[in-house]
Amino acid sequence: MTRVMVAMSGGVDSSVAAALACENGDEVVGVTLKLWGGDSDSGCCSVSDVDDARRAADSLGIEHHVFNLGDDFDEYVVAPYVKAHSAGLTPNPCIECNRHIKFDRLLNRAKALGFEKIVTGHHARIVKQTDETFRIARAVDEVKDQSYVLYMLNQNQISSLHLPVGEMTKDQVREKANSLGLRVANKPDSQDVCFITREKGRADFLGQRIPLTPGRVVDENGVEVGQVEAIELVTVGQRRGMLLAGGKEPRYANNIDIESATVTVGTPDQLLVKQTEFRDPLWSANEIKGEFLVQTSAHGKPKLANIEDDLLVWKEAHSRVASGQSLVFYEEDQVAGGAIAV
Amino acid sequence: MDIYLDHAASTPVREEVIQAMMPWLSEHPGNPSGSHRLAREARRAIDDARDHVASLVGAEPGNVIFTSGGTESDNLAIDGTLGVKGGQALCSATEHPAVLEPVRESGGIVAPTDDTGRVDLESLADLLDSFADISLVSVMMANNETGVINDINTIAELVSEKTPETMIHTDAVQATSWLDIAESSKKVHLISLTGHKFGGPKGAGALILRDGVNLSPIIRGGGQERERRSGTQNVPAIVGLGEAARLIQVERLKINERVTGLRDKLENGLIGKVSGTSRTLPKETPRTPGIAHLCFKNIENEALLFLLENQGIYASAASSCASGAQEASHVLQAMGVDLKTAGGSIRFSLGQTTTDEEIEYALKAVPDAVDQLREFEK
Repeated sequence: MTRVMVAMSGGVDSSVAAALACENGDEVVGVTLKLWGGDSDSGCCSVSDVDDARRAADSLGIEHHVFNLGDDFDEYVVAPYVKAHSAGLTPNPCIECNRHIKFDRLLNRAKALGFEKIVTGHHARIVKQTDETFRIARAVDEVKDQSYVLYMLNQNQISSLHLPVGEMTKDQVREKANSLGLRVANKPDSQDVCFITREKGRADFLGQRIPLTPGRVVDENGVEVGQVEAIELVTVGQRRGMLLAGGKEPRYANNIDIESATVTVGTPDQLLVKQTEFRDPLWSANEIKGEFLVQTSAHGKPKLANIEDDLLVWKEAHSRVASGQSLVFYEEDQVAGGAIAV
Repeated sequence: MDIYLDHAASTPVREEVIQAMMPWLSEHPGNPSGSHRLAREARRAIDDARDHVASLVGAEPGNVIFTSGGTESDNLAIDGTLGVKGGQALCSATEHPAVLEPVRESGGIVAPTDDTGRVDLESLADLLDSFADISLVSVMMANNETGVINDINTIAELVSEKTPETMIHTDAVQATSWLDIAESSKKVHLISLTGHKFGGPKGAGALILRDGVNLSPIIRGGGQERERRSGTQNVPAIVGLGEAARLIQVERLKINERVTGLRDKLENGLIGKVSGTSRTLPKETPRTPGIAHLCFKNIENEALLFLLENQGIYASAASSCASGAQEASHVLQAMGVDLKTAGGSIRFSLGQTTTDEEIEYALKAVPDAVDQLREFEK
């Protein structure tokens, strides 16, 4: 019997993951992380999500604990998120949370407490290569696939992980939850960044932590064509919220210069680049070079590129990738590695 | 084997208390506010309980207000006093949130403590000099996390000397099992208690007033408890509270002596067996016998509590928030303990039912759990 710790968020996926671990005959303990002490869409400290997880664990007859990893979450997820915005970068807090919290601090704690594996409700699969190494692969449900946010996992981490719902479609997950009588069966999927409320939004969140600077919007010739309320909130590729004077073609943020508080916009054609530099590459097992599929956002369409030392050369011109975004390298449907766009 | 070392969170209900309560759950339907015989029976039962609580605190029975527990008693003491007298409330930084929150919310003052978490008399004197309108000072008798004891009578003397009109409240919730409440609170105007910290049931507490103290109610309605706390009284729980109050007066000294021995054995044993373990409070600090508050170097208390639970030992660290997660302790913070040290602290709290056998078991299980965590760190 394997002793497993299930990271239960209170959502349907991780509740079903816990159920499947129980059915698998594992010795299962559920854990919910308390990460954010401020407002969230499910109340302060996400207390209603914790209640949902606790009640799901009760239904399954497993023990449930709450771990407060809020200090690390503030340090490794929230503070870098705020800092990235103030530097005009586009952070991905879910990836940082996976990197530093779920698959580092939680995994280490699980090991210290005598668990062999952790189980999560991510929609992704684990596959074993012929050389015995593991890789994260795309979920059966392509729409829900979360392999992108798991690109940072190494062999040690993947071999300590079990992702049972990656083999199921979302509909199957909900059916399973219904058949088990889990009350979260029809709970809506979580959206966006967990520490920012839908009601108050990103501008309010950042505005309370960093000064927001009004900026100018200029075209490729430097002619002012609009304004933004906060340069720190603009992301490369963004179209809305720039008070652009009417134009023939839609225009998108193409460059953000924090120092002069200037956004340069361009037409889709003007956004196209031939290559994208990257930093901090990580490899699932072995370093790869050559032609692979590269995905540049959580639900973006992967495109072919040649991976060089610290550079992607796109096979066909690609929209500029916002600096700070994760680039994930796929070999067919398997994650081979990833990096951060410079 | 279940070893319950969380008596400061809630004590097991004493068998005598259960026996006293049972008829009021099963046989007697009366509402104590009614006029017929069955109602009068219920009225007599809560008034008998009132006598026991009054005797425990050295107060007049008519000055005992039954509440739903410590939090309501504290809220009523603060909001009820401010409601009558206006002005500002002052409390210490190590108070329970049931005091801190209403004080903060009403725009009151939070006074610093010394490094044992006790009210710093000099700062208190300065604050009383600086603010003219402090109408209430609230200082807990014993702290819920560390068990440190404030000398409430000395504090009360200081306050009365500086500002004679100021009311003094003490949250004696954690002290009831261990101290002579009547003696320790004789210069205090309002005293909070709750049953489930000394062998009574959850859901019944009391706010006790000294003669002549007035309050405005925070729960209004039928005018029960002499217009100070409306709502039908929780008869079975109040009967249980009364019985617990009676028992503790009879047995307190005997329990104190035995538990002090067990607590010292646990502390000394763990400090001897587990390297990097220390008392959070210096040994000679005035503190209640029930709490062994220890800091384990380079240990995360959440992880240690998890392993101890696997071994059947139930303790806690600081306080839990609504989600059930362990929170950083505002008490240790007020004492100036750094976050890392505080993150390795555990409160083992003993009580009337704790046995030597349980302490022996803990003295084996705790070192094993710490070893497991430290082994992994390597």
